[in-house]
Amino acid sequence: MGNKQTIFTDEQLDAYQDCTFFTRKEILRLHARYHELAPHLVPMDYTNEPDCKLPLALIVNMPELKENPFRNRIVESFSEDGMGNLSFNEFVDMFSVLSEMAPRELKAIYAFKIYDYNVDNYLCKEDLKKTLNKLTKEELTPEEVDLVCDKTIEEADLDGDNKLSYSDFENMITRAPDFLSTFHIRI
Amino acid sequence: MEVDSVFFTDRSGRVTSNPLLDQLPSYQSLLYRRKSSGAGSKRRNSSRNRFGSSGSNKWAVNTVSKHEEKQKLEERPIRELPKTMAEKRQQKAQRLQDAADLSSWRQWKQGTRRYLRRLREDAHDWLSSLQLWRGDIHLIEGMFGQGILSYFSFLRFLVMLNLIIFVLMFSFVMLPIIIAPHTSGNITYNLNDGGICSVYPSSTRRGLVIYYEHIADLLSGGGFLEQTYLFYGYYRAHKIYFPKTTYNLPLAYLLATIAYLFLSLVWIVKRSATGFKRSLIQDEDRFQSFCNKIFAGWDFCITNVNASKLKRSSLLYELKTDLEEERIKQKIADRTRKEKCRIYFIRFLLNLFVMAVLAGCFYSIYKATIFSQKAQMDNIKVNFIVDLIYEYLPSIVITLANFITPLVFSIIINFEDYSPAFEIRFTLMRCVFMRLTSIGVLLFSLWSQITKCKEEPCVCGYNHLLYSCWETRVGQEMYKLTIFDFITIVSVTIFVEFPRKLIVRHCDCGLAKWWGQQEFAIPQNVLEIVYGQTICWIGTFYCPLLPAICTIKYFFMFYIKKLSLINNCRPATRPFRASSSNFFFLCVLLIGLALACMPVIASVAQINCSQACGPFVNYTTSWEVVPTAVSQLPDGVQGLLWALSSEAFAVSFFVVTCLAMFYMIALAGAHKKVIKQLREQLAMDGRDKRFLIQKLCQAQRIPEVRPSQPRQQVLSSSSSRRSPNYETSFSNNFDESLFLVHSPPDSSTHV
Repeated sequence: MGNKQTIFTDEQLDAYQDCTFFTRKEILRLHARYHELAPHLVPMDYTNEPDCKLPLALIVNMPELKENPFRNRIVESFSEDGMGNLSFNEFVDMFSVLSEMAPRELKAIYAFKIYDYNVDNYLCKEDLKKTLNKLTKEELTPEEVDLVCDKTIEEADLDGDNKLSYSDFENMITRAPDFLSTFHIRI
Repeated sequence: MEVDSVFFTDRSGRVTSNPLLDQLPSYQSLLYRRKSSGAGSKRRNSSRNRFGSSGSNKWAVNTVSKHEEKQKLEERPIRELPKTMAEKRQQKAQRLQDAADLSSWRQWKQGTRRYLRRLREDAHDWLSSLQLWRGDIHLIEGMFGQGILSYFSFLRFLVMLNLIIFVLMFSFVMLPIIIAPHTSGNITYNLNDGGICSVYPSSTRRGLVIYYEHIADLLSGGGFLEQTYLFYGYYRAHKIYFPKTTYNLPLAYLLATIAYLFLSLVWIVKRSATGFKRSLIQDEDRFQSFCNKIFAGWDFCITNVNASKLKRSSLLYELKTDLEEERIKQKIADRTRKEKCRIYFIRFLLNLFVMAVLAGCFYSIYKATIFSQKAQMDNIKVNFIVDLIYEYLPSIVITLANFITPLVFSIIINFEDYSPAFEIRFTLMRCVFMRLTSIGVLLFSLWSQITKCKEEPCVCGYNHLLYSCWETRVGQEMYKLTIFDFITIVSVTIFVEFPRKLIVRHCDCGLAKWWGQQEFAIPQNVLEIVYGQTICWIGTFYCPLLPAICTIKYFFMFYIKKLSLINNCRPATRPFRASSSNFFFLCVLLIGLALACMPVIASVAQINCSQACGPFVNYTTSWEVVPTAVSQLPDGVQGLLWALSSEAFAVSFFVVTCLAMFYMIALAGAHKKVIKQLREQLAMDGRDKRFLIQKLCQAQRIPEVRPSQPRQQVLSSSSSRRSPNYETSFSNNFDESLFLVHSPPDSSTHV
């Protein structure tokens, strides 16, 4: 079935199928999308695992990510160097976690990373303010922003330290009924 | 140091994370995979570098719980691990290596498991590519988000449901009749015993037929359509004798009816199971509304600029509404008694008004139905158009009522001073009630006509003079309702929404601005299709081809609504949540199903079936087929069936079901209590943790120092002096762990 393509070895495709939630066809399709972002940079032959990374600016302009207020944070969370440069592995990883079939726990881990702007393993009030402003494009008054952030921390904070640790976040997100359906990108 | 602050600030005043906290097993499970890099450190605090360079893997090696974690990780599939691709492949290679050490039986087992999993995924992939309208729904999802998507997938579900119902009716009722001549089967028809009840005047037109009369027949189900497979009256076969078996058609007809109602129930309940669970969780915790909006509010599927603008504004609207709700809650809590009395009085008056409106609508439907039936009976032929209007009068009145009442309800609710969320739900409930009860009123008025004779009681159990085949008549009414519903939807789309879009776009006058662009109001659209589906369920017993008509109707409706949505509408500013909406649709559908069962059951069990047409001519009521068939079964089976239907069995079954239900409710209550206790415990544990760490750090910090003492010695000696609480896994890691960011040169301790 996969003998006609020369982009990946069968072994590689096998590994991808085990390590992500995609089928072989979808992985080839993802490679085509990755390639069309920068046809001169991305080789068509991945059999010897070339070391090619695409910069943040290119990836963030993909139609699936263009309208997302968190696009920069999403790409940064999946990049190894934290700057948003994605290799093909990381690219596939990103869409795999954001696909329909990824389980809630996995998505919760990455959602926490995405919303943690200052990367300190806590969602503090500053992180929440930044998230809220990205969501509403700063159309709430500062008092309203303050109030909403306070209420959010009040709702989810369990250990009383005025910030959300991962366990607070996970406990809250399991009770958010829309999370699985909204934290999902179709590609 | 203040009591509440756990984290120290380093000399520059920035808050850094405590290394002790980094070692906790709960952090280990996060498995962050940041590598420290020169460029990265500019953005991050110095502690991050330290944390990053130590790397989670290193800690994983050192902590006591490494073994358990490894086991846990091994049980989870690789792709669910939050690691980089390279690490996942390493993990896979590792597992393969480990697997090679296992016995060949285990290897084979693992291999087959993996193969079956792959096979299942491929099959799932192939099946979902066969799904109807996959591309269209994908497009709609990208443009309008999840709420409207749920409407369209609901529509797709109904198409499938109607198709299956049609296949069921066709294969058990129509197919035997059709294939009987070809397989040398012998059909015996119901005997015409010549009594007055079995007179069935033919309604086919004779002589020269003008063309528009055919159209009138097509639209009203009369004339040439009456004596066809379309209606109940045509199925006069009693038994079909095939070479090997006899086929009892009346029994099959009745059982197919029961089967399709039961199948619909099971399918809907199955589909609503996930939504129901989620809805329960959500309703329990209304406090989490802000968290849900911020963290799960943005729909990552949106790819369209306009849609994202709309989503943004709808999120904004939701947040403002929530803040407003808080204010209103406060206001309600502050109400004085006098104000409360006034509000309750107003609400009472308005509810009376609503009931009066409903009563008025129901009365007008009743009158319209009676008038329409009389007009058809007296056969007054005024004019083609006027005749058609007389025929369709009940449908017209129902549609008008269903158009006006939601407007009235939404105006009234503003005076009743409820909270916004409750307002929406209450108005919706009223509209649902209105829509579904209007069908009931129509059927009731029909029934009153059918069972009303000049001399009471009726000779045949029904009015055989006017309604020689009353089931066909009911089927015709249902058929007309369906056709009119479809015509209404198409004409509203073409003649109201399309001009509205043109006016709003090209004309800049005040009227256009006030009217605004069309909004795709999900609740009203859903009510529309539930209404259509309820008619289909009721009508299938009298008009076996109705499911096929409904399938085609919903099929075309999908494309019409999609076109209308993309070209004419903008998404509603009041958003409809995806999770609760699925459950809401299926809930309303269940109400419709319950309502549809009642007339069918009443007519099968109570009303005498017509003696002039249909499969049940030899029986008094349609239900009689079943006891007659059961009495022909062997004795043992008969005895069993009689026992099952006896009162003793029914009562004990009911009691057992009640007990099971009470048990479930008690269990749910107990779980809720346990959850509450665990939450409180978690909060308390969090505070304990902070307190202990604070004490620990206090214990380590010393202002004056013994400079030359090696750290390990000091620490190990201090460990023995510490209380047992601290002899946790920390004690294993002293060499690498306890260095505070800004620690004084030595951290010798004295308590």
